[in-house]
Amino acid sequence: MEEKQNFQTSLDFNQNIFKPSTREEIVEIVRNCYKKSIPLEISGLQSKNKIGRNFQAEKTLDLSNYKGIIDYKPEELYIKVKAGTPISEIEEALKKNNQQLAFEPNDFGYLFSGESNSGSIGGVVACNFAGSRRFKVGSVRDHLLGFQGVNGKGETIKSGGTVVKNVTGYDLCKILSGSFGTLTILTEISIKVLPKPETSKTLIIKNPHVKKALDYLGQSLSSSTDPSGGVFYPDYFGKNFILNDLTHDGGLTGIRIEGPMNSVDQRIDRLSKELNLIDNEFSVLDSVQTEIFWNKTKNLEVFKNSKSNLIRIVVPISETLQVIQKLKKDDLNYFIDWGGNLIWMAFDHLNSKILAEIKEITKNHQGYYTLIKIEDDFKASADIFTIDPIKYKISEKIKKSFDPKRIFNPGKMYTGI
Amino acid sequence: MSSLQMPKIDSSILSKKDKIVSDIGRIVNSKNVLSHPDELRPFETDGLTAYRQMPLVVVMPETVEEVSNVLKYCNENKVKVVPRGAGTGLSGGSLPLEDCVLMAMGKFNKILEIDYENRCVVTQPCVTNLAITHAVQDKGFYYAPDPSSQIACSIGGNVAENSGGVHSLKYGATTNNLLGIEVVLMDGTITKFGGKAMDSEGYDFLGLMTGSEGLLGVITEVTVKILKSPEIVKAALIGFPTIEDAGNCVAEIIAEGCIPAGMEIMDKALTKATNDYSKAGYPTDAEAMMIVEFDGTEHEVEAYIEKAKQIAEKNNSSSLKVSKSNEERLKFWAGRKAAFPACGVLAPDYMCMDGSIPRGKLAEVLREITRLSKKYDLPVANAFHAGDGNLHPLIMFDANDKNSLKKCEEFGADILKYCVKVGGALTGEHGVGIEKRELMCEAFNDKDIQQQLTIKVALDPNSLLNPGKVYPILRKCAEEGRVHVHGGKTKFPDIPRF
Repeated sequence: MEEKQNFQTSLDFNQNIFKPSTREEIVEIVRNCYKKSIPLEISGLQSKNKIGRNFQAEKTLDLSNYKGIIDYKPEELYIKVKAGTPISEIEEALKKNNQQLAFEPNDFGYLFSGESNSGSIGGVVACNFAGSRRFKVGSVRDHLLGFQGVNGKGETIKSGGTVVKNVTGYDLCKILSGSFGTLTILTEISIKVLPKPETSKTLIIKNPHVKKALDYLGQSLSSSTDPSGGVFYPDYFGKNFILNDLTHDGGLTGIRIEGPMNSVDQRIDRLSKELNLIDNEFSVLDSVQTEIFWNKTKNLEVFKNSKSNLIRIVVPISETLQVIQKLKKDDLNYFIDWGGNLIWMAFDHLNSKILAEIKEITKNHQGYYTLIKIEDDFKASADIFTIDPIKYKISEKIKKSFDPKRIFNPGKMYTGI
Repeated sequence: MSSLQMPKIDSSILSKKDKIVSDIGRIVNSKNVLSHPDELRPFETDGLTAYRQMPLVVVMPETVEEVSNVLKYCNENKVKVVPRGAGTGLSGGSLPLEDCVLMAMGKFNKILEIDYENRCVVTQPCVTNLAITHAVQDKGFYYAPDPSSQIACSIGGNVAENSGGVHSLKYGATTNNLLGIEVVLMDGTITKFGGKAMDSEGYDFLGLMTGSEGLLGVITEVTVKILKSPEIVKAALIGFPTIEDAGNCVAEIIAEGCIPAGMEIMDKALTKATNDYSKAGYPTDAEAMMIVEFDGTEHEVEAYIEKAKQIAEKNNSSSLKVSKSNEERLKFWAGRKAAFPACGVLAPDYMCMDGSIPRGKLAEVLREITRLSKKYDLPVANAFHAGDGNLHPLIMFDANDKNSLKKCEEFGADILKYCVKVGGALTGEHGVGIEKRELMCEAFNDKDIQQQLTIKVALDPNSLLNPGKVYPILRKCAEEGRVHVHGGKTKFPDIPRF
């Protein structure tokens, strides 16, 4: 049966799962659903499909067959791909030219299924979650140069292009990034790529105290040593890193420096002095260990196989300490990324009272949260994303302008959107 | 004024001028409402001086509540509103309409907060781009986007146009350096998009507003991120015997994994004009002249400069000089920055175009420009932000000769169409405004434009906020005005343009 489904073309409208392999098919499916007001769940490689609210969709549009690299020009620093292309395939192609997706897409596979699944480029753009380099290079949306997509009426639309400098018309790349498939089905995506740094090293500071860690991170990010990653793992998580040059298993602050070889050494040395570290207080990870360390971080591997709920909290660094102090119960439940601006926090149990409290605290501290993983019992009633009433009203209008009959992932972000 | 179709004038609004003036005078301090022609004159144009139009009335609000109440009033009474920052824009985004209220944001001129802990600055929109850097440089920080007019252009205008600059390859344009804005919609709604935290909840309205050219809202507060100044900056001045060699060198530098802070190319015509004008000391025998600049820590910059040197030599460079001091580096740039005024002495008038192309197409596009130059019998000189593919051809002509002006405009439109044809964009950093409005159909089809207009209608159903800009009124690929400079005199002759 499964195999039979794979051979189904979009033209059979009795099927519940469409698996188109051409844009023409996608257009036809959407036009049909628009005409009949049939809601569609937009799906890729199932790596992040559990993020978002529960919603009812009669049919699923599975884009996993709509894949492939259309055009890759290393010297022009872009790659153009179909939306269902796996991130792993893109990264493989870039690696051959010593290039990378600088925004380090998170791999949520470990969190949801215990094994790697970095998903598709369409999903990564739709969620706009960037990894540890966020504070230096920007988010996914900062790397989306252009797209082609199908709006809720089945019309093919485009914006942007393949050049970095382009101010022609509204920047629709931005509004579609992080829209969780509620506005437009992305078909073709042009993404900026960047050279891989010649080498990278990580300064590991042994320190279990979050306040001290935030001082280190704040100072590093304001230093001319130009770090590209800054994390803090409290005592409990220190054990997760078994690396030759990581000589203790307690709480640690990790700061990554990238660039030409001698420059990296010079900057690591300078940073350790700027932070007034004494010799036995820190160690340095070489490039191989650095890659392992930061992959584990972007893949949220410390939460692998955890049964807990997971919340992603973004606040300005000045607020991070207070937010953690107000929310944390023990060291088991959080780590800090983005040089102090992002908290990944686990909760064994969540209910509406706790969530309301989290919402209040993050809002009062100029931030927001996204519920990434949540127990099934509570999911139906929980606010997965935060929003204020004015922005909700504007969001309704924007949703209508792309998807007037609300057929794309209706209710995935907010009720009524 | 050239004949550019603008939205239909509402004569009932014109006849109600006195009432509108007195009504708005009750919303804001009446001293901040200007209605006498002598007071309106300074607002009749922006940096695109080929087009002029006096507004009905100018209002200069002082608070966000005043902005909101004026917009609400105009929305209810169907009065068009054109927002204006410093008025330095090059695409006519702030060109008034005869029946509009021109909302001049000049009184929003204070920096509100410098937050070093979160590495950001919260400012009112009419603070100049450079003033932000000046406010934080004593602590070793700066604001990265650096449009050539940064001494005068406002940060709110930068947000509206998504301004770039020489360093946008490495540091991005305004949109990549922005954390939050406060904005007032046409119906008077005051809201904040983003803030000090990175990214934002829900749809990225911050990203949508950035570069929307004043069509979706009026910006009343801006939060930008600031960066630690690099420890060292070095540049190399390199001559090439052919444009192809220079183009290949650019591609190879990028492919080798070096991302320069800035990379500029000038063709022989512009190099010669610059040398004659400012005694820049550029190599005159070279067909193409390149400045490549790296910043960072000492070892890093040394390593990249060395790599760039090797690549240049491999690509037949005819001369190569690395700056030995900051003074020498600035001298390299001084010539480049004098390039546009240098054109002003070669011909009575020049028009500055702003197309974006894939870096690898440079030689092809320049060949086409040379062909067109012969076809239209008008000289042209080319400056190119090679790092990010932003081309500024300067077409020389004589505006007193109607035929020459017409030829120039056709020539310019042909260049931009060619930019789109090779995979580039109509505008890299100047915006569409009215200048390239009629060329939008070269880049977008009906459905693309319709989707964008639907967003406009969602936020401004009566199309009252900056109407007539960006999107074509008549679907024709006309040859409208570019940045037109007569007798070397721009509207703001003291603002650098490069």
